[in-house]
Amino acid sequence: MLFKTFAKEELKILFEIIAAHNRVVGPVEKARDRNNKPIYAFEDVHEFHDIQLNYTTTKLPAKRFFLPFKEDLSTFKIEDDKWQKSIDYNIDRPVVFWGLHACDINALNKLDKVLLHSVYPMPYYAAKRKNMFIIGIDCEPQPFCFCRSMGADTALHGFDLFITDLGEKYFVEILTDTAFNFLRELKTADALEEDHILYMKKVDEKKKQFTARIDTTDLTKILDMEFQSEVWHQWGDKCLSCGSCSNVCPTCYCYGVEETVNIDLKGARKTKMLYSCNVIDFAEVAGGHNFRPLRHNRLKYRYYHKHRGFVEAFEESLCVGCGRCGETCLAGITVSEVIASVKTGSKE
Amino acid sequence: MKTNGADDKTYLGIPLYRPRVAFFEFTSCEGCQLQILNNEGTLLDFLSLVEVVAFREAMTEKSDDYEIAFIEGSITRDDEVERLKKIRKKAKVLVALGSCACFGGVNQLKNRFHDLIAVNKMVYGEHPVNSGLVRPLCDIVKVDMQIFGCPVKKEEVEKIVINLALGKSIVLPKYPVCMECKANENICLFEQGEPCLGPITRAGCDSWCPNNKAGCWGCRGPADDANVEQMKKVMKDLGFSDETIMDRLECFGGFQTDEKNGQR
Ligand code: SF4
Ligand code: SF4
Ligand code: SF4
Ligand code: SF4
Ligand code: SF4
Repeated sequence: MLFKTFAKEELKILFEIIAAHNRVVGPVEKARDRNNKPIYAFEDVHEFHDIQLNYTTTKLPAKRFFLPFKEDLSTFKIEDDKWQKSIDYNIDRPVVFWGLHACDINALNKLDKVLLHSVYPMPYYAAKRKNMFIIGIDCEPQPFCFCRSMGADTALHGFDLFITDLGEKYFVEILTDTAFNFLRELKTADALEEDHILYMKKVDEKKKQFTARIDTTDLTKILDMEFQSEVWHQWGDKCLSCGSCSNVCPTCYCYGVEETVNIDLKGARKTKMLYSCNVIDFAEVAGGHNFRPLRHNRLKYRYYHKHRGFVEAFEESLCVGCGRCGETCLAGITVSEVIASVKTGSKE
Repeated sequence: MKTNGADDKTYLGIPLYRPRVAFFEFTSCEGCQLQILNNEGTLLDFLSLVEVVAFREAMTEKSDDYEIAFIEGSITRDDEVERLKKIRKKAKVLVALGSCACFGGVNQLKNRFHDLIAVNKMVYGEHPVNSGLVRPLCDIVKVDMQIFGCPVKKEEVEKIVINLALGKSIVLPKYPVCMECKANENICLFEQGEPCLGPITRAGCDSWCPNNKAGCWGCRGPADDANVEQMKKVMKDLGFSDETIMDRLECFGGFQTDEKNGQR
């Protein structure tokens, strides 16, 4: 990894260089909530000043740009008794992600393990993932952030460039040639000992700000032991089975597929739709049998996939601790409380 | 009402069997039927998939020879009961079209009043009409399929009719509106202090109301396994009054309590 620094005003120049020829997606303020707090979202940006560099966690992750909620996997043209299939990976040009936090970069790294580096990579994801340029940015932990507990508070790979605000200037980590070449057009300096010290200080300060945490010690074992625990019923009674937790989760990738015929019968399509293991028919199979008709079981398996099954397969959990699921859940179900309750055997 | 060439319409070279369908309305605003008619872009294609033999809102000639009956509206009078039973005898498949037919719809709100005669007088004054308790179709006859919504979503009806014509299975969403709302990337209305029944209401409308910044009123009735009690609690904890919550839950009749069902 290469380290550099540059003066703050250089960042706008970098944006202009990159945005001149590329599609840029970054955090913008989308609206205000009932307490007049900004609601952030990842959107296409055309002006540097629209990017909210100090944004706090977006409600929805950047997932829709690489795992769209709805995506046609194939379309069919039908003529008499003949049909022709076409496949489009639904990406027409690279996307520059401007300002992803460490958790969201780590979420991509986790998705890669399943969708890119597995036996059957998913080309729809791969095509988009391979055409990304990612600029990471440092963040301030919010009361719901527990990324540190998940080892996701810092990103070691999965980005091109990561910038950290050191007050007077930015500290930059460079991972790729592309990033290096862009930076050649700016006035940069090599990072000196004093910059390293400032950076480490910043990291230390961040560490101290975390209030939410989960204890992952022996978690896979504990989950195995507590499979029949009463707490699952308690959380299940609360859950609305609305699926929002998965929809806002940067690492959930489950989907359903539907085939539809156009009304003129001259075309058809196969559409993928992101799904959630908390919704009623997630485990319903052909013939109508539902393996998980009970709400508490569905909720339990969401936790088992994230914190047990995935750990067994990949030696890390399928959760980056971004806290979005707990924030969105109207029933107030949060990862930290659920995990804590499994350990103590009581919801309270 | 046949369109040219409709008789030899094929799908993948196989001739299409066009079921004979009839549309009927009972106590309703006819908005659901209008939904079906109101997209000229696909109407002709729609009509070439089925053979419409009766559709008062769209045609004058009609026939009694049909296989599928789409029925809009709730049942409020004795003569409606008789008419519905006759249709049931003729139809192979009876479809409840829209929330009035499925669970009474907005009309059933009047069932809240104990004295329906006084209500009749209040509404119609000196010219009372014969109109009693509001009942969904399934109270009187066997219903084979329900298409929810007030009004129904045209795209959903089209999909159902395509699948009927092609002999494919028809599956309505079992999950709630929130799934569609999140996919549409809406800001949750609760964030902005508005109530919404999206977490417990059956999807299929593509989160029509939240897309337009209005909370869901539950017009499509409960999703499978809807956690209504918890939803009431969530709304109460967020500061909404019992009245606000009940107004929403009772509006279309989909969330009728068992107590109420007993009353019918
Ligand atoms: S968001 Fe909350 S209520 Fe909805 S499915 Fe997830 S845990 Fe259940
Ligand atoms: S499970 Fe929750 S906290 Fe973990 S990555 Fe998903 S949304 Fe974030
Ligand atoms: S099983 Fe559930 S928790 Fe796991 S990725 Fe799928 S939706 Fe997310
Ligand atoms: S606005 Fe309504 S439908 Fe949308 S996420 Fe919020 S509760 Fe669900
Ligand atoms: S959002 Fe709710 S009230 Fe609106 S159309 Fe859909 S189900 Fe009906």
